[in-house]
Amino acid sequence: MSTLTTPAGRLGALARAEFTLLGRSKATLVTAVLVPLALPFSLRSVVDDMDVEEAGLSVGTVLLPAAIGFALLFGVYSALVAVFTARREELVLKRLRTGELRDVEILCGTALPIGATGLVQSLVLVAGSTVLLDLPAPHAPHLAALGLLLGLVMCTALAALTAAVTRTVESAQVTSLPFVLISMALSGVTVPLEMLHDRLASVCELLPLSPVITLVRGGWTGTLSTYEALGALGTALAWTVLAVFAVGRWFRWEPRR
Amino acid sequence: MNTNEHEHVIEVTDLRRVYGGGFEAVRGISFSVARGEVFALLGTNGAGKTSTVELLEGLARPTDGRIRVLGHDPYTERAAVRPRTGAMLQEGGFPSELTVEETARMWAGCVSGARPPLEVLELVGLARRAGVRVKQLSGGERRRLDLALALLGDPEVLFLDEPTTGLDAEGRRDTWELVRALRDRGTTVLLTTHYLEEAEDLAGRLAILHEGRIAATGTPAEVTAAQPSRISFELPEGYFVGDLPPLGELGVCGHDVDGRVVRLRTHALQRSATGLLTWAERAGVELRRLDVRSASLEEAFLGIAAREEVAA
Repeated sequence: MSTLTTPAGRLGALARAEFTLLGRSKATLVTAVLVPLALPFSLRSVVDDMDVEEAGLSVGTVLLPAAIGFALLFGVYSALVAVFTARREELVLKRLRTGELRDVEILCGTALPIGATGLVQSLVLVAGSTVLLDLPAPHAPHLAALGLLLGLVMCTALAALTAAVTRTVESAQVTSLPFVLISMALSGVTVPLEMLHDRLASVCELLPLSPVITLVRGGWTGTLSTYEALGALGTALAWTVLAVFAVGRWFRWEPRR
Repeated sequence: MNTNEHEHVIEVTDLRRVYGGGFEAVRGISFSVARGEVFALLGTNGAGKTSTVELLEGLARPTDGRIRVLGHDPYTERAAVRPRTGAMLQEGGFPSELTVEETARMWAGCVSGARPPLEVLELVGLARRAGVRVKQLSGGERRRLDLALALLGDPEVLFLDEPTTGLDAEGRRDTWELVRALRDRGTTVLLTTHYLEEAEDLAGRLAILHEGRIAATGTPAEVTAAQPSRISFELPEGYFVGDLPPLGELGVCGHDVDGRVVRLRTHALQRSATGLLTWAERAGVELRRLDVRSASLEEAFLGIAAREEVAA
């Protein structure tokens, strides 16, 4: 009997191929790498005009979570909606499913390069903010790290879910818009939730990306109470579990015919 | 490992597949394939071939019925079956921006006991195209890449869904050679095709699918033997069908007349032909446009398709 493949081996082989593909896809590279790095700095002047100090924030603690939010939304979520849709329409997913790869390995292997890019990007943004925006060291780095990891998994699962209702790669730009816009406006990416009305803020806190941004920001400011931190973690975890479950239930492996 | 030659590596019992829209593509079929056998599912488009193979490959759960591949349910016991099977979809997909070799390497990383990718590409005649992007391949080359990947893990059971559709004559011959070589090495092959000669040449046994049911099954010879042979000729000037010797005594089981052309159907071709020719010799007449032919798989196939259409 020949040696059997391992999940890690299969995942690695698929992820390696996806890395090659990512490097060859100019459009994905621009959305995934350039947009999240460039966008935050265009916000700089807006943030300078905001009364961020009144909310107990600084330019750095506004811009860094915003930048990480953009990395998750454009770099991970939008890019993956397009990739999942493309692989399904090219019948790549169907072909892979005839082999030894399990369904979850196919999804993870396909998402891995872009997810890793999002992670590296976030670390670059942290380094950049520390140097350029005089951002001090985080008070609760574990919260920021947990928030970021949950954000990556959640955005990957939501991307797979969005791909299920996306017919073509072109229409992926449209179907991914609602989550991107809502998150940008109401999850504390462009405007910190601390600066919204209390009642609006308490509703916005329940949106999927809100706890991720809250945790990242709170990781730096150190102003989250244990109760607040657990609440944010719980919300993020709930959305992540829900999204993963929904993918298992509704993901489409073959094109609609 | 059990290598009993008569072991059934594929067993299908009362299989049904109904799609979401309510279309019943597979309507209760049963068959089994022994180890080392090449089994063909033959049928026109829409007969239910691909719907059946996808269930065997474990891509979907059957609506009803039972499938065993190497003793396991291919859908629920995926991990036990997949390392021992290879599959080529009717329409497989590969990322268009990867090269042939990159595709094969990726696949090799996902296959237990994979052979060296270049060796398999060589086998299907794609080695010199190794550096070419998939999007630049012709349709036939894509089919051969798909076949190469199906062969990467030296599978015990191979599913080939229309492996030669889209290939030119040479490519088709090469694929047939390959399938024969695999059969000689003991690989069990289940293939679908709408090419009669493909089923006749390659398959030890076959099933003709029509409208989701098995209309005929057996060795090509058995399926053919169930069909009558045919004799046709033009009646000589001044003769009528009644002037022929009693058709029943000649072993003829049916006949029809179209103008002056008579067509006889018989399961005893030699007796019928001898009787007819002896009569013509004695009567001193010439049977013009005489055509004597054994039953063929083609006639069986066309006969089944036509018969069921009349019934429907």
